[in-house]
Amino acid sequence: MVASGIAPLVAMLISVVVFAGASMVAAAQLLASGTPALLVVATTLFINLRFMMYSASLRLHFGREPLGWRLLMAYLQADNVYGLTIMRYGDKPDAPGERDFFMGAALVVWAAWQLAVAAGILIGAGVPASWRLEFAAPLAFIAMTIPLLRDRAMVGAAIVAGLTVVASNSLPFKLSIPLAALAGIGAGLALERK
Amino acid sequence: MTVWLTVIGMALVTYALRASFMILPPHIDTPPLLRRALRYVPAAVLTAIWAPEVVLTPGYEQLAAAAVAIVVAWRWRMTFATIVAGLAALHLFHWIL
Repeated sequence: MVASGIAPLVAMLISVVVFAGASMVAAAQLLASGTPALLVVATTLFINLRFMMYSASLRLHFGREPLGWRLLMAYLQADNVYGLTIMRYGDKPDAPGERDFFMGAALVVWAAWQLAVAAGILIGAGVPASWRLEFAAPLAFIAMTIPLLRDRAMVGAAIVAGLTVVASNSLPFKLSIPLAALAGIGAGLALERK
Repeated sequence: MTVWLTVIGMALVTYALRASFMILPPHIDTPPLLRRALRYVPAAVLTAIWAPEVVLTPGYEQLAAAAVAIVVAWRWRMTFATIVAGLAALHLFHWIL
């Protein structure tokens, strides 16, 4: 973000108040190229649409927590926190959530993320690109996805989502992700044994 | 000034999405069809996040490494082992291919 001309403190502030990586990178590029504020905010909305699905999904497990906790948990939602939490309820769609588990995972992720952003702002790209550590991110998501695939409807949902996201990758605002999610959900519902 | 407006807008929009369903009062029941659909959210969304990085990055070593990671994740269900095996496989296949 700083590399695209955002002041370091503003970058850190965005990281804390928005706390959503892909939309931050996109916003930094758009701001640097002088895009109007409204368009940057709209882009953020589209890129982060998947959080609405996480919100509905997590509500099944955490909807009965006190409102204050739910408001805090909403802020702490992140792809990997959602993945780690929901892995525990793959077989139990109605199980009450374990708030301590969610908070433990979320606070570790939040702190590690903010430290990493701060380190990135201060020292820039410090790890040699040849280490290919960026590939650890998709690998971590593979590790969270595979244990969920316990029946053919779930496998179908994942395969259709994967094919759709690749086929629609050229759509703007990363709309390929919510589109692929809807396609995968549709496939899962269609493949359920009645 | 524009930057501040943008930051506030981004924060509000993102938080609104995250809070959208979580703030509904507990007594509102999730409709049965939505409940069934939500079951597929993790598999579908998480796959949509990793698939492009595996399939659309130039070169074949990502695909081969992802295949190794999928097997390790399937067999042992351990996140750390999956990441280590996947990264090792990535470098191995880069060296071979």
